[in-house]
Amino acid sequence: MTAAGPHDVAVLGVGMHPWGKWGKNFVEYGLAAATDALRDAGIAWTDVQFVSGADTMRNGYPGYVAGATFAQALGWTGARVASSYAACASGATALEAARTRILAGLCDVALVVGADTTPKGFLAPNAGDRPDDPDWLRFRLLGATNPTYFALAARRRMDLHGATDEDFAKVKVKNANHGLANPNARYRKAVTVEEVLGSPMVADPLRLLEICATSDGGAAVVLTSVEYARRHTTDPVRVAAVSTVTPTFPNTIIDLPDLASDSSVSVGVPERTFKQSIAHAAYEEAGIGPDELSVAEVYDLSTALELDWYEDIGLCKPGNAERLLRDGDTTLGGRIPVNPSGGLACFGEAVPAQALAQVCEITWQLRGQATGRQVEGATVGVTVNQGLFGHGSAVLLAR
Amino acid sequence: MTTRTRVPAVEGWFTMDAEAPALIGQRCGSCGTSVFPGTALACPNPHCTQTELDRVELSRRGTVWSYTDARYQPPPPYLVPTDEHEPFCIAAVELAADGLVVLGQVVPGVTVDDLAVGTEVELVLDTLFTDDEDRDVIVWKWKPVDAGSPS
Repeated sequence: MTAAGPHDVAVLGVGMHPWGKWGKNFVEYGLAAATDALRDAGIAWTDVQFVSGADTMRNGYPGYVAGATFAQALGWTGARVASSYAACASGATALEAARTRILAGLCDVALVVGADTTPKGFLAPNAGDRPDDPDWLRFRLLGATNPTYFALAARRRMDLHGATDEDFAKVKVKNANHGLANPNARYRKAVTVEEVLGSPMVADPLRLLEICATSDGGAAVVLTSVEYARRHTTDPVRVAAVSTVTPTFPNTIIDLPDLASDSSVSVGVPERTFKQSIAHAAYEEAGIGPDELSVAEVYDLSTALELDWYEDIGLCKPGNAERLLRDGDTTLGGRIPVNPSGGLACFGEAVPAQALAQVCEITWQLRGQATGRQVEGATVGVTVNQGLFGHGSAVLLAR
Repeated sequence: MTTRTRVPAVEGWFTMDAEAPALIGQRCGSCGTSVFPGTALACPNPHCTQTELDRVELSRRGTVWSYTDARYQPPPPYLVPTDEHEPFCIAAVELAADGLVVLGQVVPGVTVDDLAVGTEVELVLDTLFTDDEDRDVIVWKWKPVDAGSPS
């Protein structure tokens, strides 16, 4: 057990609707997750003072005002509301809105919800001609899909650090094994290195089984003040820090959906890349370092990106991620298991729900409730992701 | 024989010089920061308050920072230039003098086996697709420079 910090809030309840391709309205997933989280917290919907929704861009107006949509589905109570969009970090941004309201003393109990329904295949930009939108232009001018960007990072990693196709495949094999027993995972099937390497090439060097799918799903978190939580439970999981930093100029790595990097001619390259700065800000805020972690949930949009994260969240020095993987350090039972949930490899991505799903998993891990995938004795965990347009997030949880 | 009409896929991002085209970016007269595409409303350097940026042509040559290909047909608004999708390469190219890395398709016929991090490439123009008025819609692409060719 770690000591509570002055800026901690409590995770009193978590809930999820299983990931899949269910073809239902996204509100149904959000409602199911919210109901589960409230039941897990042991409180009533009418006890919630603030509803914080993570938006979906693919479901029309109700998706842009997700907080109100979920509040109405649960039944109007007069609770305060907010809705957030921050691409893949939307769930964490919605969580941060709730955390800061609680820490400001403006409320004790908040419900954070994100849910999505996604189409099959490549994520495409919104319809209509928009020649001033980089997300439209990258498709129009270059045919650059999301896997294009994942593959550029993967090839770079091979060139700089000697990663191999087999290393990337082993990430998928590991995560597929981790997710076998997870009831919320969409894919629960073991794969071999040979099967991964035998799947069709999508964006060289990444193959079909190495790139995450898009999924339907919903996740919810009941966030409360530590004092409130202690009236309901003896030893709540706490949020010790939330990072939602933007990049620092010059961002010299091309991130989605940009067509070019920042220029580094006038200002020196910052001490940390954008991805390195995301978890670092959470560590600084909490006064907890990466050497204290028991478990991590990282955004494995591709197998290769998971290896980048090992370094970017400080599990090892740059260039050592392959060794960490090969030695089994990041496998369940290893020194620092990564993606015990199965990660995006087993879930696919449901954008506004994904960062919250990571928080749900770490919460279950710290409570010792991650049946079939438990990291024994876990006390500190981190989540991390990166999305479009300079968004990224990390949530540091402790118990 | 009539000359086909050529129009840029996006206005003002590159010169239409068929022999020696260049990307058009911006440069800050105060701090020297370069920008591509040249659509910045102010200098992106947070330590610089300049709001007037000069339009400049960027380096025509660079080195491959990373690369990949598109084995599957990208979704709209990408338009397939041929009847059936043919895989093409995409490269991120470092322009050292500008301190920029710029994405672009690689000319047809080049596969990932022909590329490596550090490969020298130059900017060329190519047809992205043919529009419904039968005009060639032009975009910039990267083309590997054969070793030993004059620079």
